[in-house]
Amino acid sequence: MSFLRIENLSVAIRGGGPLLRRVSLEVAAGEVMALVGESGAGKSMIGKAVLGILPRAAQITEGRIWLDGEDLLALSATARRQRIGAKAALIPQDPLTALNPVRRIAPQITDRLVDILGWDRAKAEARARDLLGEVQIADPDRVMRSYPHELSGGMRQRILIASAFAAEPRLIVADEPTTALDVTVQKQILRLIRDMQARHGTALLFVTHDLGVVSKICQRLTVLYGGLVLEQTDVRAFFKAPGHPYSAALLAATPRHDDPEASLNPVPEAVIAAAQAEVAAFDRSAPHG
Amino acid sequence: MDDIYDVQGLRLSLADMARKPLFGPAPRLEILKGPTFRIRRGEVVGIVGGSGSGKSTLGRALVRLLEPSAGTIRFEGADITHLDDAALRPLRRRMQMIFQDPMSSLNPRHRVGQIIAAPLVLHGDDDPRRRALEALDQVGLPRGFATRYPHELSGGQRQRVGIARAIALRPDFILADEIVSGLDVSSQAQVLAVLRALVRDLGLTLAFISHDLSVIRRLCDRVIVLHQGVIVEDGPCAQVFAAPSAAYTRELLDAIPDPDPDQPWF
Repeated sequence: MSFLRIENLSVAIRGGGPLLRRVSLEVAAGEVMALVGESGAGKSMIGKAVLGILPRAAQITEGRIWLDGEDLLALSATARRQRIGAKAALIPQDPLTALNPVRRIAPQITDRLVDILGWDRAKAEARARDLLGEVQIADPDRVMRSYPHELSGGMRQRILIASAFAAEPRLIVADEPTTALDVTVQKQILRLIRDMQARHGTALLFVTHDLGVVSKICQRLTVLYGGLVLEQTDVRAFFKAPGHPYSAALLAATPRHDDPEASLNPVPEAVIAAAQAEVAAFDRSAPHG
Repeated sequence: MDDIYDVQGLRLSLADMARKPLFGPAPRLEILKGPTFRIRRGEVVGIVGGSGSGKSTLGRALVRLLEPSAGTIRFEGADITHLDDAALRPLRRRMQMIFQDPMSSLNPRHRVGQIIAAPLVLHGDDDPRRRALEALDQVGLPRGFATRYPHELSGGQRQRVGIARAIALRPDFILADEIVSGLDVSSQAQVLAVLRALVRDLGLTLAFISHDLSVIRRLCDRVIVLHQGVIVEDGPCAQVFAAPSAAYTRELLDAIPDPDPDQPWF
């Protein structure tokens, strides 16, 4: 049984249109699954639904989410929050807004250990120090006493990675964790996420628009357009031959330096129109909300 | 010689406010340490480097949003290194800039048409409205967009409005500072396609700042690699990509994740 199983998940704006259209996917323990699509495809929304942090304006209209064999949506809100807090975590996109600017780093890592797992502060701080070492921060003690603005973007993202792994979650949602970073720092951070994920055996749901990144750290991928799953496949098979015209166009839009002519080509309008038609056809066949 | 820019031994330092003592002046932080280069008319030059390499500072010095502390910048033969605001004003319409974040560089309370026309009005264009609509055509946006507000557009469309505003004045030189790094890959490809077409059709002279070499390779003829305020490499794209001479260039190239799972990367 997969650690995370999503079945026919639909999410809609309250009183508005759908954001996710019957999305189903499974992530096994220790597996890395990519959610790929352009802005507005609904890829982040899936991660937010799993973590129970959908924006107020959005609601789940259909479907189920099983985490570690438990039907999350059947639980009470309190029980659900407790289960998610103990088993899953988030690496957010923007390392600047994700850290509280007026608090030091240490409590921002230890809070979840103290609040959710009930550890005492000393034990939680020792764990935070170990983790900062694990994400290759040279002087953890100084960093623990620092405020976010005193640290670089790459350093802040390391802290968020350490913080995500702190409670030994079995699933991590990484929401475009390197988009705000420059290429050389991106590479370091991706290496770190991959190493941490492998060492801890964590399942990873990796949200990104960059197929280059997918090819380097994911085993499977789900391609979304307009909240609809267009393709779900194994990474190796995908990069040999994408199974959907839209996926193929997305691949041709991805930067690559080994073959510049085959890269950064805009998605043809006919391909976008076809993907939109597919979404419209889905809505006709499955009216909801 | 048809150089738009001739830059010699440019130095620029800024006050390091993070280390400013309570009393007395802040220590100076050297950002640019003597870059020397020329930009020819019609050339598309990529300026690449990591965070803190000085690439944005260099760009801002070129369009004289910053004043260098030493060295010279010649723009079409005239020394503009230390010109004051009044002397720079007539030059402004000849050097335009496209900014990284269209959300903060397009006035949210103005319609797209007004945004594009504003510099035209300022510089006394005969028919700003008509020219603004033409600029929308040139970046491939429908004319109907003139009455929309920036928040009604997607990221890629907003960035095309930024391009339209810059080209509307028919400047001699355009500086584009990380204009695609905030976009997803499909909008990125689209904005680059628009720029490529404009470069071809209008013969733009463009300096394109980016941290991503794969983007530069697709757009530029030549690339300048900047590292800690020093030019470590300057040459035709084809040559720099085939055989980079600086270790730092190699590092930047190796950091691009080519979409191929069989290619070792880490």
